[in-house]
Amino acid sequence: MSTTNYSPRTSNPADFGKSSSDEPILRLENVSKQYPGTLAVDNMNFDVKPGEVHILFGENGAGKSTLIQMVAGVHKPTSGKIFLKGQQVEINSVHHARDLGVSAVFQEFSLIPQLTVEENLFLGSEECNGPFLKKVELHRLAKETLDRLGFPLKPDDKVQNLSRAEHQMIEIAKAFRTKPNIMILDEPTASLTERETDQLFELVASLKKDGIGIIYITHRMKEIARIGDRVTILRDGKFIATVDMEEATEERLVELMTGRVVDQIFPEIKNQAAENLLEIDGLTLKGHVVNNSSINVRAGEVVGIAGLVGCGKSEIGRAAFGIEDILGGKITFCGETLYDSNSSDNNTQKKLSPRKMLDRGLYYVPSDRRVEGLVMNQSVRHNVSLPSLSLSKFTSKSFLRRKNEKSIVQDISERLELAPLDIDRKAESFSGGNQQKALIGKALVRDVKLFIFDEPTVGVDVGARVLIYRFIRDLCEAGAGVLLISSDLPEILHLTHRSYVMYRGQVRAHLQQGELDEQNVLSYFFEEESA
Amino acid sequence: MNTKTTALEAQNEKNTLSPSDMMKRAFVRAGVLPWFLLIAVLIFTFATDNFLTEGNLFSVSRQSTYLILVAMAQMIVLLTAGLDLSVGVMFAMTSVISSMVMVNVWSGEGSGWGAIGLGCLAGLGCNLLIGGLNGIGIAYFRVPPFVMTLAMSSIVFGLALTITGGTPVYGMPDAFAETFGYGELFGFPIPVLVTLIAIVIVYIFVNRTKMGRYLYAIGGNIKAAELSGINTKLTLFWAYVISSFITGIAALMLTARLESGESNIGADYPLLSIAACTIGGISLFGGVGRLPSAVLGAIFIILVQNGMNLLRVNSYLQMVVIGILLILAIVADNYRQKLMLTLKD
Repeated sequence: MSTTNYSPRTSNPADFGKSSSDEPILRLENVSKQYPGTLAVDNMNFDVKPGEVHILFGENGAGKSTLIQMVAGVHKPTSGKIFLKGQQVEINSVHHARDLGVSAVFQEFSLIPQLTVEENLFLGSEECNGPFLKKVELHRLAKETLDRLGFPLKPDDKVQNLSRAEHQMIEIAKAFRTKPNIMILDEPTASLTERETDQLFELVASLKKDGIGIIYITHRMKEIARIGDRVTILRDGKFIATVDMEEATEERLVELMTGRVVDQIFPEIKNQAAENLLEIDGLTLKGHVVNNSSINVRAGEVVGIAGLVGCGKSEIGRAAFGIEDILGGKITFCGETLYDSNSSDNNTQKKLSPRKMLDRGLYYVPSDRRVEGLVMNQSVRHNVSLPSLSLSKFTSKSFLRRKNEKSIVQDISERLELAPLDIDRKAESFSGGNQQKALIGKALVRDVKLFIFDEPTVGVDVGARVLIYRFIRDLCEAGAGVLLISSDLPEILHLTHRSYVMYRGQVRAHLQQGELDEQNVLSYFFEEESA
Repeated sequence: MNTKTTALEAQNEKNTLSPSDMMKRAFVRAGVLPWFLLIAVLIFTFATDNFLTEGNLFSVSRQSTYLILVAMAQMIVLLTAGLDLSVGVMFAMTSVISSMVMVNVWSGEGSGWGAIGLGCLAGLGCNLLIGGLNGIGIAYFRVPPFVMTLAMSSIVFGLALTITGGTPVYGMPDAFAETFGYGELFGFPIPVLVTLIAIVIVYIFVNRTKMGRYLYAIGGNIKAAELSGINTKLTLFWAYVISSFITGIAALMLTARLESGESNIGADYPLLSIAACTIGGISLFGGVGRLPSAVLGAIFIILVQNGMNLLRVNSYLQMVVIGILLILAIVADNYRQKLMLTLKD
């Protein structure tokens, strides 16, 4: 296991010793989950012993989430058996799971923004006196739970006024409210600072001592090394291996996870940096999610932006596409100043818009294909042509040229290896990876000078991932500029020619190819004091 | 090509399926409407002696023209995940304004075509204004369509009553009613011809134009549409304007049929048009639905009303039946969605 700057500190009271070898509290036997069109989990075997941290490791879309959702009662398995403490059980609902002693903290938050921290904490299991809430009691319990976890939250705060990290804390507190036998943590540190992470790990250690079995999902190597006892690797919904921590080297884990060696995944991209395409100067956005930040992207290069969730990296790309409210700064594209808060020229005070940017050759591929990317209940054909219907190859005098549309989209889909290759199928009936291909296909039917990819491989299998990387290479080597916004560190390290690292709305570092390594990038991710 | 192969596959599958599975598949494929139509036709054919006569079917087709037009108008906004509850008062306003203009402009002599033209323009213009205001409120001020069009109903109905004092307006040129109410061309009633032409135009608009495609995209996912460079606000605005234009045409023809301008017509149309679309499988959540289904949905409702008239069911009970059918259609469609998942095509 490679060590990073993140080695456990001596002051850390957490004891991550070897787990006890008791009978497993949780055992999954040949569990499968079939969704329409995809087999999300295929014949999975998995167990958790009391007092161990069992890490689930795999790419986005490998089936980890589906697996824990079945344990937590969100979905029922299509086939297979689940045993709790040796007894076969059928988990009917999240509520039922909690009664059986299974608590989960999901990646996607299930908080109600209009309610307070306290109300969210006890939602669905309020202490009552007949029909009336025991308000005083609940308030005391809420304070107690938060204090025990050391979270700096006030029970009366409205959830909608809190940050993402604080939302995460509430979710964790919800799971800790009762004393479970099994605790599921799905990337709990994704938006926590280092200090908050330390606190969480201390908690995990104390849970272990109490004999609670913990299922822990993470992408971070250093966390695996720090708290894991065993690691189970999944790929494309299938069980690959369960390894003890001692045998788990980083290289081995990555190989098991992807089924390939690292070089096979990331293509070599020639750096042919030419003229400046996009220059963003001193950009500040509404709410200061981005503050006085400057970046530039040239033709023929891949530039990355790395950083934690909510650091503002995505917003920079969105602002360039005209979908964020700009407070100040200057945006220039292909030598044309499109926005300048300091200029007296009225033309450069106007809001940017997607239409304006598309027409000039900038394309933004959003991170969330369900919410912003695709019209899920419509066909791939309609989706791919949607941004380009004004072009004469798709319409003449605003009447659709449907034959052209069909042949162009068919052609793009073949190049993207869309599977199944049926462009008249609705987007929602494709797997995540193929939806992502359709999303990228939207950009490929136009003439684009600069592509902004926002988390292009979230929830995508390795095959699609390799393909998407190859496309990025081809686009770049054909002379386009690429801005790659990503939370996936290997992507930043292996694909980009240079990268910016953002922290709390500001560009904190600008690393050239030679300086791009995990330790270097990560050191800019967190607060300075703890680095 | 693809549809051929899937049809073949389905054929092969069907050969090995049990009858109940075949029924389920047919239900999933075709939707609720064909079954509703079949059941209605069967019931009325056996329960009455004159349902399946040429004369009766002819009158069904004539009666259904107005609802078909309004259902198409409703469908256009439903596709955008909108709703138009003001289609009813659009009838009232168009009727009142067009008739008053005709009555006041017409000298009482001659054919009065000039007055008819002016009246129609005034009526349609009013409707476009209502639709435009709906569009501005919904697209640019983000008023929920439900509230915007509900409020608009109150405003417009109030105005129409104020203008007329609630009494009908008589004295339009005879040519108006003779042509647009009762006229025939090539043996077809003119309202039926107008409706047929409108169906063709709206079909082309919805399926063959850029704008039609944008309606579906906005209803399916407005954010994705926006990020695809579509001017969603302007498109939404036009959807309400175009929709009001189609409703306006129906309103003019109904005014001609009634030979008077009335402020209390059209009250049924919000419910009936939404029912027609829903029974035809047009999603209230936007982005899903086909024009022929909306048209058939409208015909179905008129068919049921006609059948009930023949059976001498009183109009109050008819309201009960229509309401029940609307709910049943949604329940049946939800069940169909569920079946679709279990059968996984």
